[in-house]
Amino acid sequence: MALLQIAEPGQSPKPHQRRLAVGIDLGTTNSLVAALRSGISEPLPDQDGQVILPSAVRYHADRVEVGQSAKDAAATDPLNTIISVKRLMGRGISDVKHLGDQLPYRFIGGESHMPFIDTVQGAKSPVEVSADILKVLRQRAEATLGGDLVGAVITVPAYFDDAQRQATKDAAKLAGLTVLRLLNEPTAAAVAYGLDQNAEGVVAIYDLGGGTFDISILRLTGGVFEVMATGGDSALGGDDFDHAIASWIITEAGLSDDLDPSAQRSLMQTACAAKEALTDTDSVEVVHGAWKGLLTRSAFNALIEPMVARSLKACRRAVRDCGIELDEVEAVVMVGGSTRVPRVREAVADLFGRQPLTEIDPDQVVAIGAAIQADTLAGNKRDGGELLLLDVIPLSLGLETMGGLMEKVIPRNTTIPVARAQEFTTYKDGQSAMMIHVLQGERELISDCRSLARFDLRGIPSMVAGAAKIRVTFQVDADGLLSVSARELASGVESSIQVKPSYGLTDGEVARMLKDSFQYAGDDKVARVLREQQVDAQRLIEAVEGALQADGERLLDAEERMVIDMQVEELRELMKGTDGAAIEQQTKRLSQVTDAFAARRLDSTVKAALSGRNLNEIEE
Amino acid sequence: MAISMTEAAANHVRRSLEGRGKGDGIRLGVRTTGCSGLAYVLEFVDAPDSEDTVFEHHGVKVIIDPKSLVYLDGTELDFVKEGLNEGFKFNNPNSRGECGCGESFNV
Ligand SMILES: Nc1ncnc2c1ncn2[C@@H]1O[C@H](COP(=O)(O)OP(=O)(O)O)[C@@H](O)[C@H]1O
Ligand SMILES: [Mg+2]
Repeated sequence: MALLQIAEPGQSPKPHQRRLAVGIDLGTTNSLVAALRSGISEPLPDQDGQVILPSAVRYHADRVEVGQSAKDAAATDPLNTIISVKRLMGRGISDVKHLGDQLPYRFIGGESHMPFIDTVQGAKSPVEVSADILKVLRQRAEATLGGDLVGAVITVPAYFDDAQRQATKDAAKLAGLTVLRLLNEPTAAAVAYGLDQNAEGVVAIYDLGGGTFDISILRLTGGVFEVMATGGDSALGGDDFDHAIASWIITEAGLSDDLDPSAQRSLMQTACAAKEALTDTDSVEVVHGAWKGLLTRSAFNALIEPMVARSLKACRRAVRDCGIELDEVEAVVMVGGSTRVPRVREAVADLFGRQPLTEIDPDQVVAIGAAIQADTLAGNKRDGGELLLLDVIPLSLGLETMGGLMEKVIPRNTTIPVARAQEFTTYKDGQSAMMIHVLQGERELISDCRSLARFDLRGIPSMVAGAAKIRVTFQVDADGLLSVSARELASGVESSIQVKPSYGLTDGEVARMLKDSFQYAGDDKVARVLREQQVDAQRLIEAVEGALQADGERLLDAEERMVIDMQVEELRELMKGTDGAAIEQQTKRLSQVTDAFAARRLDSTVKAALSGRNLNEIEE
Repeated sequence: MAISMTEAAANHVRRSLEGRGKGDGIRLGVRTTGCSGLAYVLEFVDAPDSEDTVFEHHGVKVIIDPKSLVYLDGTELDFVKEGLNEGFKFNNPNSRGECGCGESFNV
């Protein structure tokens, strides 16, 4: 029987039409599922009251064991017990070989490029292993909510690429879950704190889990989060704190460090327990076999200091990558069990000069935010204000690039709201302005796309071609309103425009534009390749001529100079025609004959630049 | 005419109101729909209407409109756990048939 939950005023669902949706944090170390009930988003516990499900799967000949008991078997049955499978998601067999030393599994190459793990239950792909974790969470959710789920929001790290995201979706499908949306973990954490309700601002999400560290810098504009930068360390987490304590025990107790697996495991458990205890007390008595010792929090802080410092370094780098200063970050959200460690909180507070947000349990915050999104996406909120439209962009949105080509920034069918940023650079030395031409359509040449708007970014500081970094951000809000902004990262000069992309485009037009893009796909590709080759050639000619003018006299003798001039001339001739292959060939030739010249120029400029700086600056 | 609420239900309502950050109490009601004719309504209340009746149990306000009160007189709101599933349940003496789903009934 369905039990009732409290609804918002005027929004009681019709009987049998409650749309049950959950948020799932599918973590490297731990996973959990959360749902919104009577207006509160909270994780759903299992029969024993545990909300955290360790992301460990043990295969037996006839059954699958998931969670704590599987994790406990990792040391005794390592080949059939898969932990940290998230690290393998969407990876090819070659990527995995590279991780091979750290992983005990027997990998076998499948027909596709996916790696399979050989277990007593046969070959298992990472997707299947993840699906087994998701199935447990799905069953828990259905039992708790008393009905079938319409879908789930599953979180993924912000840096996950398409293959990793697709693998996550496949795992969900295999587990019988409909994915309402994949949500970036840092965005979910920000949503849990209600930061999406703020008008705008930059927030940092510091996520220190069991085995990975992620820092994400998000910019919020009109309720949409844009990932400005991500960074971190895929081999830094609470497990490393455990190892540091374990080595300390080995030294203090005078143990030999080649322990057998079971001794190793019990040592790690002791270490982990000591670490977690030090979060709440100033010192803890550590007992290992016959040995006993006292570990103080300050001694522990000293042990982990190098790791904490590494995480801070990654934070600084990520902030720098965004072209902003640390004090421009308006909120810092702590995520991951290891951010409970007091020293970590203190160090992060010092770095950003503000107290990080820690009120929501850091292990749960991602799932809690995902559940809030899931509830909205499932259509359970009807008052316009908070409604996030799940809509898609009918045609790709992009920019004109050199040679009259359309560079897609947001592909069609992307759900909105969405924000995407892409970096462009200058084409000429000393270029001080850039025209931003916003386009819509699927074709490769701009003449076949629809022009939406143009604006200029001016005041770009003088730099050599290719050195300026111009971040162009496309943002489509829940109402389908597009705004485009361009910012030169070194100087911060900025310019932007708003357009309504679908305005005036009927469904018929959209259909025709799509049909054209399929019909002309072949022609377009040839045209694109030719344009690209012409652009490359032109760029090289301009670079060579600029260099000749600057340093030709000084660095080249007459014969060298003549060879270069001849090749330039020949390339110019070819560019008038449409033989892409010949242009490409000649571009390569020209580049070859100017290689030595370029190297000489580089040497001389590096010498000039270095003479004025000290060694520290060079290392930076 | 009266409506009541168990302590478990009151505690849960209080917690939900706190989590939501605003609200005066909870609305119980019925509306016509569902597989057996009438469906229960359970909603947060920001501002009661002038014709509403307000009951108070364990420090929590229960608000009900006059039409619903006819169908719900004597009803007790309870909060129950059934295995992992938990939620509110209407113990309604007026209900003659339920479809077994807990969400709708007839009189
Ligand atoms: N009270 C605590 N003090 C210190 N570390 C903790 C505490 N509770 C959990 N942790 C650590 O948090 C890590 C797990 O973090 P979690 O966010 O669940 O990981 P992941 O995101 O990688 O799945 C483990 O290393 C665990 O020991
Ligand atoms: Mg995590």
